[in-house]
Amino acid sequence: MGNNLFAATGLNRRNQRVQGLFRTLFGLMTLLLIIPVLLILGMLLYKGGGMLSMDFLLTYPKDGMTAGGLLPALVGTIWLVSVALLASVPIGVAAAIYLSEYAPDNWLTRIINLAIINLAGVPSIVHALFGVGAFVIFFGFGTSILAASLTLAIMTLPVVIVATRESLQAVPFAFREACWNMGATRWQTIRRVVLPNAVSGILTGIILEVSRTTGETAPVMFTGAVFFTPFLPQSVFDQTMAMSLHLFVVATQVPGVPDELPFGVALVLIGMVLVMNSLSIAFRMYLRGKKKW
Amino acid sequence: MTAQPGARSAAADFDRRNADWYIDKLVQTLVFIGGISAIVFVLGIFVFVTKEGIGFVIDTMDAKEFFTSPYWEPSDEDAPEYGILALVAGTASVTGLAMVVAIPFSLGAAIFIGEFATGKTREVLKVLVELLAAIPSVVWGFIGLTIMNPLIIEWFHVPVGLNVLNAGIILGLMAAPIMTSISEDAIKAVPDRYREAAEAMGATHWQVIFKVVLPAAKNGLLGAVLLGVARGFGETMAVLMATGHSVNIPHSLFDSVRALTATIAAELGETAQGSDHYQALFTIGIFLFLITFLINLSADLIVRGIRKG
Repeated sequence: MGNNLFAATGLNRRNQRVQGLFRTLFGLMTLLLIIPVLLILGMLLYKGGGMLSMDFLLTYPKDGMTAGGLLPALVGTIWLVSVALLASVPIGVAAAIYLSEYAPDNWLTRIINLAIINLAGVPSIVHALFGVGAFVIFFGFGTSILAASLTLAIMTLPVVIVATRESLQAVPFAFREACWNMGATRWQTIRRVVLPNAVSGILTGIILEVSRTTGETAPVMFTGAVFFTPFLPQSVFDQTMAMSLHLFVVATQVPGVPDELPFGVALVLIGMVLVMNSLSIAFRMYLRGKKKW
Repeated sequence: MTAQPGARSAAADFDRRNADWYIDKLVQTLVFIGGISAIVFVLGIFVFVTKEGIGFVIDTMDAKEFFTSPYWEPSDEDAPEYGILALVAGTASVTGLAMVVAIPFSLGAAIFIGEFATGKTREVLKVLVELLAAIPSVVWGFIGLTIMNPLIIEWFHVPVGLNVLNAGIILGLMAAPIMTSISEDAIKAVPDRYREAAEAMGATHWQVIFKVVLPAAKNGLLGAVLLGVARGFGETMAVLMATGHSVNIPHSLFDSVRALTATIAAELGETAQGSDHYQALFTIGIFLFLITFLINLSADLIVRGIRKG
């Protein structure tokens, strides 16, 4: 007794064991969360990998969509995403500038924040109903790229707002104060000091939005995307095919599709989304490493 | 700054309304409009969905039948029935199972990432979780349809693999990454001085986590669960493809069900605009909007509660 003050007591050892046990347990849970998904992705790659070729990407579907490529769906998705971005980026960035640079801490700001949370939380199919009621019927756009893209734009607006607001708020307040002290107006400060320092963060958010928009299916189902059209869209008032809906269609709606075709479509879709997301994450890490303050 | 570089009169020195001042005011108005647009859009969603569905609510709907009848037979020509009970049961059973799957795993993962993992491991895990959250729901539905379906048939010897179990697991895997991120944020938001104080009293790491960090983060964790529930409630494509899509009050995990969202997605395309069936689908939309609104509102209030306290 007492000859070694710092020797581990029984209690210490028990605590150490419990500690190690929990660490292992939680580590395993994390792995169990990630591994099944990696296995599934591996399986997609294994089953659909054979489909991938330039031909698959650049030809039209044929034989009632049981063969051929996915060119119209690919082009349609690019249309949908681009038009959606044109609508959501200006509104989203403006909203973020307001919230970060102008908004006082009052009830209106709280309601705006709540609205943003809700916009992100409303089910995608309800966004689709809204798109049908508002853009297709009320504004008379019909089922068109315009109606579908506006629906997507409103749905993904929170992504742009949140990312932009975060990158604006990451600009130190002292930068603004220094600029105001030189006699600059608020807008001059934002335009010359805040935005240039935040622009890369905003870009990261936009890439993330592109990825979200690419994968959404329900909102475009009834507003502008169709099961099949042999034509590439010529204007925003045309209907179009879309990658996400195309996967749903070849997986469930078309009889006699060879097994590997939908896997190929799924692989291209998930590839597009993951590449864009990785790009956004890599960009963010690069920026964090470069930051001078 | 550049508008009036030259000499100014004494009076002009006090009047700062030059071109820059007007531009500043203009921009302030524009960004304000951008800011309130979020409110306008949320109201717009409610108004337009209600506008299309309200006719049914007023004229045709029998509220008792709507909420308590398990029969959803809108295309029956003689006596169409609009009961969403079975659909609610479908959505609830799938969401419930999804939470049983997602809550322990996302909480465990959040604790591991937030409290145990360090340096590179932590970064890699966070990136992986973020990438998992990005997988589109139609791809998840496809996985349920083509990979989970045969596995369930083989493992459990049931005739159909598209059921509550399938959709619940798929939805759980979908919701877990988001719940992990939010929970991890909540754990990270617990001030370090709480941990330091507990460790100074001789608490071990896991004692700190269980007795100090988790109780302090409990509102944020509850918020994460609520957002997961909202996600499950509103998920459309994955449940459309993985539940089996048959109107049914489930009695076991292996029963096929149909969800509220999936019903809209599957049937809206075949209904005539303005018909009872069409309006009934929009009425389901109103119901979904209100439910998710309430869940999101309470999640926000709960999470905000901890920030003030």
